[in-house]
Amino acid sequence: MYKIILKKNMGEGVNLYEIHAPDIASKAKPGQFIILRVHGEGERIPITIANSDQKKGTITALVQTVGKTSHLLSELNEGENIKDVVGPLGVPTDIENFGTVVCVGGGFGIAVLYPIARALKEAGNRVISIIGARRTDLLLMKKEMEDVSSEVLIATDDGSSGIKGLVTDALRNLIEEKKEKIDRVIAVGPVIMMKAVSDMTREKNIKTVVSLNPIMIDGTGMCGACRVLVGGKTKFACVDGPDFDGHLVDFNNLMNRLRFYKKEEAQSYECHNKEHHG
Amino acid sequence: MADNQGIKDMIDTKDTKTAPASGVDNKERLKIKRVGMRNQAPEERIHNFEEVPYGYSPEEASIEAKRCIQCKKPFCIEGCPVNINIPAFIKLVESGDFLGAARKIKETNSLPAICGRVCPQEDQCEKVCTVGKKKDSAPVAIGNLERFVADYEAAHGNINIEVTGSIDKKVAIVGGGPAGLTVAGDLRKMGYDVSIFEALHELGGVLMYGIPEFRLPKEIVLSNLKVLENMGVKVYKNIVVGKTFSIDELMEKKGFDAVFIGTGAGTPKFLNIPGEELSGVYSANEFLTRVNLMRSYQNEKYDTPVKRGKTLVVFGAGNTAMDSVRTGLRLGYEDARIFYRRSRKEMTARIEEVHHAEQEGIKFEFLINPVRFIGDESHTVTGVECQRMELGEPDESGRRRPIPIPGSEFITKIDAAIIAIGTNANPIVPSSTPGMNLNKWGYIIADENTGKTTKKGVFAGGDIVTGAATVILAMGAGRKAAVAIDEYLKTGTW
Ligand SMILES: Cc1cc2nc3c(=O)[nH]c(=O)nc-3n(C[C@H](O)[C@H](O)[C@H](O)COP(=O)(O)OP(=O)(O)OC[C@H]3O[C@@H](n4cnc5c(N)ncnc54)[C@H](O)[C@@H]3O)c2cc1C
Ligand code: FES
Repeated sequence: MYKIILKKNMGEGVNLYEIHAPDIASKAKPGQFIILRVHGEGERIPITIANSDQKKGTITALVQTVGKTSHLLSELNEGENIKDVVGPLGVPTDIENFGTVVCVGGGFGIAVLYPIARALKEAGNRVISIIGARRTDLLLMKKEMEDVSSEVLIATDDGSSGIKGLVTDALRNLIEEKKEKIDRVIAVGPVIMMKAVSDMTREKNIKTVVSLNPIMIDGTGMCGACRVLVGGKTKFACVDGPDFDGHLVDFNNLMNRLRFYKKEEAQSYECHNKEHHG
Repeated sequence: MADNQGIKDMIDTKDTKTAPASGVDNKERLKIKRVGMRNQAPEERIHNFEEVPYGYSPEEASIEAKRCIQCKKPFCIEGCPVNINIPAFIKLVESGDFLGAARKIKETNSLPAICGRVCPQEDQCEKVCTVGKKKDSAPVAIGNLERFVADYEAAHGNINIEVTGSIDKKVAIVGGGPAGLTVAGDLRKMGYDVSIFEALHELGGVLMYGIPEFRLPKEIVLSNLKVLENMGVKVYKNIVVGKTFSIDELMEKKGFDAVFIGTGAGTPKFLNIPGEELSGVYSANEFLTRVNLMRSYQNEKYDTPVKRGKTLVVFGAGNTAMDSVRTGLRLGYEDARIFYRRSRKEMTARIEEVHHAEQEGIKFEFLINPVRFIGDESHTVTGVECQRMELGEPDESGRRRPIPIPGSEFITKIDAAIIAIGTNANPIVPSSTPGMNLNKWGYIIADENTGKTTKKGVFAGGDIVTGAATVILAMGAGRKAAVAIDEYLKTGTW
């Protein structure tokens, strides 16, 4: 049993959970993830570790309420327990002094990006961050990102902060107008965003790392549910990733694989809502 | 070796030479026909996940036990990877002492209810049974009897195991499959402080996530796990050794005096053909884990989804392939087939499973090799292109190598494909354990008789050493390792 120490609504159906899991907290590195199961009949879902606190023995996860499992999780309160949490899984993000690194985050991907940006800065990189959201009030962790970046560029759909447009517009601007010399791009967020970023940097020949989130079951390389196509080769995201070279990832395949159980999931969610709220 | 000594003792004991208790002579015994197990009817069982055979009644078991002629030289004992004293237990069955028979089996096999169900008896004890060598005679149904005895004990006796001492040494078991569970049980019984670390949320390894309910009811596995818990074995689930803790940390920081690694074969092989990434193409491990461990076949209660459809093709012909195709049938795939690139003779599955699959209407097609999967615009599989093969010269496994027949390609429309062509070593533990040597396939190098690896204090056994094998071999390796760990911890010599 893994106790929820703190739960915070971050808006847009996203909750932050601070979970007591000292063994995982003492090991977790930026870019790694956990797999959790809310209850004894639940499914196993992967969630990126947004932060970990060795002293408190906690890890932080941000979860958007989209289906039955995230909904069940959102119904748990502080002091209540998650049935199973296992981790830290996957290979940590490659942290070195690359020079200038641009960290691109969208939506609650920013929360995952933050510890990576911080580690990159600590490793001596000049970090430029580009973060995006629909509106200013939905923009997560702006202050934290500012603390670890020499520059933060913002893109909002309605133009209420930064530029009006997408993170890729800000990135293009950075490359083409400001002629910034970029050694590496790290993109974390919705698949469609990671794809757009990778498509752009491929043109410009800038090494780009993306963090993939396919369907997983065990998270240890046993089942192959998490396989992704990278450079035409099958890779297991749970053990070979979750970080991969964005220029080699087949994002269309990933998006389609993520959609495969949509119907079953919707049915399960509907049943759940009927039983509990209807 | 202790085990062989055991066989000799048995052979020399007087009672194997005397006539059996009931005084039936061998001629009479050989006249008795092998008693088959009654099964759930195929047309019924394809719609449920309940176990296929019902098991013997006490009467049936007694009749079958009479078929054993109590050989002076019982080859069956040597045929059994853990050297169960088979004639002795069968004799106890014949005399009606079913609980005594269970105790006899448990002298060398702690999980008979499981082994009776999943061991390939036709390649082991029953293969060398003298009765089976006689003209028109089938071997004694040793597996069926083992299963009966274990089930009888579970229903009428006490399956708990007593801990005989208390030894102030800590042993960590990595992986809760048959190998790890056996080491845990044996060492705890001697009095060691034993902890199991398991990556998943349930113990059992393949017994829980791989082998389906209709072949091995999970309740049986769970009741055997309960026995370990009652003995005081500590269980830590959700711990991926190599990630949450390393082997070195277990020994240096957590105070374990020895470690046993039984992490299984691990990671599924794929065909490496185009289209394999399509949705609807699964590894057998994924498909079976969804259904067994995550119980998705009971979708009113459990959250993990599984797809259903009409046509399913499974590639492979081992136990995993049989389990996958029969599971698919039970989920509602009406047309569930096996495509195998070799011929019927080379199939590696237990005979009983092949037989049950055929009764259930599974179609087997041989000498067929897939070349690509075909998908629709949503990247979901809709077909598979295969080519026909013919058998050429024997390969390194001694089986005739299949070679493609040019121009024989054909397309089959499918809703799902399952790839059950074997596994590779899982790298998580090996790659995080310096000083422990691996063979060229990535499996851990360990001494066959002791399980000792090249790293001091670290033992290994089961599929992570041998590559995918069997439950009983994993248990046998665990048993030997337990003896060696005890010796190492008592003497300190490596
Ligand atoms: C579908 C299927 C059907 C089979 N049918 C039969 C049959 O009928 N008869 C037969 O004899 N054999 C059968 N086998 C083979 C048999 O199940 C295996 O040979 C046997 O289970 C091996 O036992 P093991 O203990 O070595 O490993 P496993 O049973 O694989 O158990 C390994 C355990 O270690 C855990 N683990 C892995 N990595 C880690 C880690 N890093 N940290 C912590 N824990 C970890 C795993 O989660 C698992 O629980 C079948 C196999 C499959 C897949
Ligand atoms: S989630 Fe099972 S192999 Fe990656």
